[in-house]
Amino acid sequence: MPAESTDEQPPITLYRLQACPYCERVVRRLQELDLDFQSRFVEPMHGDRDVVKRVAGVRTVPVIVDETTGVTMAESGNIVSYLDGTYGEGGDRVLTDGGHTHSDGGRAAGGDA
Amino acid sequence: MPDFEVVDLPETDYVEAGDQAPDFERPLVNDEFWEDVSLSELTDDGPVALIFHSMDGAFPATYVWSEIDDRGWIDEFDAQFVGLSISSPYEHGDLLEDSGIDASLFSDPANGVAEAFGIVNDLDGMAGVSEPRPAVYLIDEDRTVQYAWVADEWPEFPPYDHVEDALADL
Repeated sequence: MPAESTDEQPPITLYRLQACPYCERVVRRLQELDLDFQSRFVEPMHGDRDVVKRVAGVRTVPVIVDETTGVTMAESGNIVSYLDGTYGEGGDRVLTDGGHTHSDGGRAAGGDA
Repeated sequence: MPDFEVVDLPETDYVEAGDQAPDFERPLVNDEFWEDVSLSELTDDGPVALIFHSMDGAFPATYVWSEIDDRGWIDEFDAQFVGLSISSPYEHGDLLEDSGIDASLFSDPANGVAEAFGIVNDLDGMAGVSEPRPAVYLIDEDRTVQYAWVADEWPEFPPYDHVEDALADL
């Protein structure tokens, strides 16, 4: 039984697979946005990924769960767009007067591990 | 005398009952995923039975968990049962699946936790590889060690009856 709830747990949990480039893409963006997150590593076999199926309804990774916004999301392109739109420059959660400049132009479909 | 060899391990200055257990953070593996967890995060939730054992696949690792399972400790006692070996998270996943045991396992390939506890066992015939001595620590919510058993021979198995008494006293 892992520790589920302590004050120090970051609000963002990233379900990831070791050496998965789609996951690394999300990690890089999280780091670029200076967001604190907790990594949970799952097994390579899709059949062994009950936890992401339960959390997000899929067996692909990456998946993020953001307790700050209540968002659970799969698919790296969507996640990166979400992070940019929420925490990027002019994002919903960023205190600037720049408004919502987020664009979905970079969205990439499919291809996750 | 039995006609097999049990090796005496050198004397060591290890963490004992009454000491505060050193805190550490390592990947903690459950049956679905692993993530970095610290010992203090676990003790914040209640007492912890920390079982140091041989690398997964060596028979002592299997024996220890099998004995704990047979004795029904995990259901009977409130402590969180947590193993630790130098095996990778992938091997820990296999051990949990094969044994069906409802525990979680810290992965510590560089053996730093054993070093902090003073219980390093350098393995003869495996150059550059060390692992923890077999050891059982019962650690309370303040991270104070309530019970400690550390092997002074190799191989050696925990004194299960004594551990059971100590679990009942936690």
